[in-house]
Amino acid sequence: MKRFLTFVAMVFITFNSAASIVYTFDDEVMQLRYNSLVKELRCPKCQNQNLADSNSPIAADLRREVYELLKQNKSDGEIVNFMVQRYGEFVLYRPKVSSLTYILWFGPAILLLIGVVIVVFVLKNSANKKQPKQLSAAQKDKLEQILKDK
Amino acid sequence: MNKIIRFIPLVLFIALGAILYRGLSLNPQEIPSALVDKKLPSFQLPQLLKPEVMLTEKDLKGDIVLLNVWGTWCVYCKYEHPYLVDIAKSGRVSLYGLNYKDIRADAKQWLIDYENPYILSIFDEQGRFGIELGVTAAPETFVIDAKGIIRMKHVGPIDTKVWQDKFLPLIETLEKENQGERS
Repeated sequence: MKRFLTFVAMVFITFNSAASIVYTFDDEVMQLRYNSLVKELRCPKCQNQNLADSNSPIAADLRREVYELLKQNKSDGEIVNFMVQRYGEFVLYRPKVSSLTYILWFGPAILLLIGVVIVVFVLKNSANKKQPKQLSAAQKDKLEQILKDK
Repeated sequence: MNKIIRFIPLVLFIALGAILYRGLSLNPQEIPSALVDKKLPSFQLPQLLKPEVMLTEKDLKGDIVLLNVWGTWCVYCKYEHPYLVDIAKSGRVSLYGLNYKDIRADAKQWLIDYENPYILSIFDEQGRFGIELGVTAAPETFVIDAKGIIRMKHVGPIDTKVWQDKFLPLIETLEKENQGERS
């Protein structure tokens, strides 16, 4: 147990030492903008993390860049464009609507539509089947013939 | 009609399978660079070996320029180093280095310990020019044509296979372009 606790402590100590610079702003609005920007922008190296979560050196550099661009009174749009110009659309967790991303933006709606069409189709079909079908005169004769033969 | 409908799930399954199978062989680390076909961004940074010399984009001279992003902290840079030496010796390209987020003394020592394949190295301590180039880590290599346009970006180390598959075709194209322009 003691060994285990030491291990846990060591893990936490290493994580702590990896913690990076925290940027603070006097202006509260700017702080909020910074927080939302580093959440919206994706780290180009460690691909499934945003700039806020990642400990990689490039994420730290890009956080610094966001901080400095905010200090230069750049708008959110300008900062996002700055990143896109250098790292491509890839850095956006909410990619822009373009011919390349139509399938991303409209795919789910189209799939839902297809689903609705299928459901309607199936329901209609089964509704039709529920109505008992009448036998034709020839079929009735044949049925009687079969029953008689038994 | 009903018979066709029965096959729809199978067709959808095969289509989905094909898409997912393709996904297995894609490398998620390979992000299309936003800078290809754009001009090399301008910069003003000191030279690695001569801190007093300031370099700009105009100092990267050559018909075909290779700009290799490297650092002594980068394991794969060591792996690709002998290949870079060979490439530099071939004389087909002008190889420049971008020493990225490094310590100057370490980088100098590296070039002494191994061999210096670069015509010169730019010293980008803060990684600012790296951000301009969309660099995510080292090693990365840019191919720049005679007009200063970035034609390709390669992420990861160069070895014989990468050189032959990815670089040589482009270099042959560029050599033809350059010849066409001269004649």
